[in-house]
Amino acid sequence: MLDTINLRVKTLAAVALMVMCSSMGDILLSRGMKQIGAVNISSAGALGQTFVRILINGSVWTGIALLIFCTMIYMIVLSWADYSFVQPSAAFSYAIVPVLGYLVLGEPVKTIRWAGVLFIVLGVFLISRTAPRTTEPRL
Amino acid sequence: MMRTLFFLGVVVFCGTGGEISITRTMKRVGEVKSLAPRLLLPRLGRAFHLGSMWLGILLLAISFYSLLALLSWNPVSFVIPATAMSYAVGVLGAKYLLGERVSRMRWAGVLLVCLGVALVAWAR
Repeated sequence: MLDTINLRVKTLAAVALMVMCSSMGDILLSRGMKQIGAVNISSAGALGQTFVRILINGSVWTGIALLIFCTMIYMIVLSWADYSFVQPSAAFSYAIVPVLGYLVLGEPVKTIRWAGVLFIVLGVFLISRTAPRTTEPRL
Repeated sequence: MMRTLFFLGVVVFCGTGGEISITRTMKRVGEVKSLAPRLLLPRLGRAFHLGSMWLGILLLAISFYSLLALLSWNPVSFVIPATAMSYAVGVLGAKYLLGERVSRMRWAGVLLVCLGVALVAWAR
């Protein structure tokens, strides 16, 4: 019983970290690419310049580092938890973006989008009530 | 229309197939019990010596490039809701390919997530 609770807490904490890292990673990549400007593919020289600007952009590198970290957490959590528990729970990131947009940036959010956020939260809540692992672990 | 449906299928089935392959790899590698880099990194490295890891990466790459192609032909407000069915397909894959036991409560949660993701992306 205690093992199941520990496993659930450990898995949900890992999923929460994964969701935060992937959301932050996406935001930093997006900010980096906005700082760089529209990608110019009119000539090899212009494309090369854009490539160099990407290579020296701190936001892009931090975003990539966070996404690599997120992939590592994903691999780690899949070593002990069910795929059918982890994958839909990670969809929580879809619910976080509109909420952050509303709270931090003051963006208007349509009612139908709030309904979507509510469905995701309810869905993840139901999934979190199930056993995180239903197969035998390999040691 | 046929082209869009074909690529939608590729995105959903290759994406979930890739993740299931990576899950199978991690289950073969064994449970990660320590986050100390000295123990963790060799274990993660061992995953890259297994064919199923590379099959997973290949399938995810095919899915990703198909998603880019889909986004170039269709608006994101169509593509992301349509690919939300990946969550349901993923659970079917987990049940029949990985042998996970999926309870009714988990199914209900997954279906709510599918609907929620579709609504959030559609209303963008």
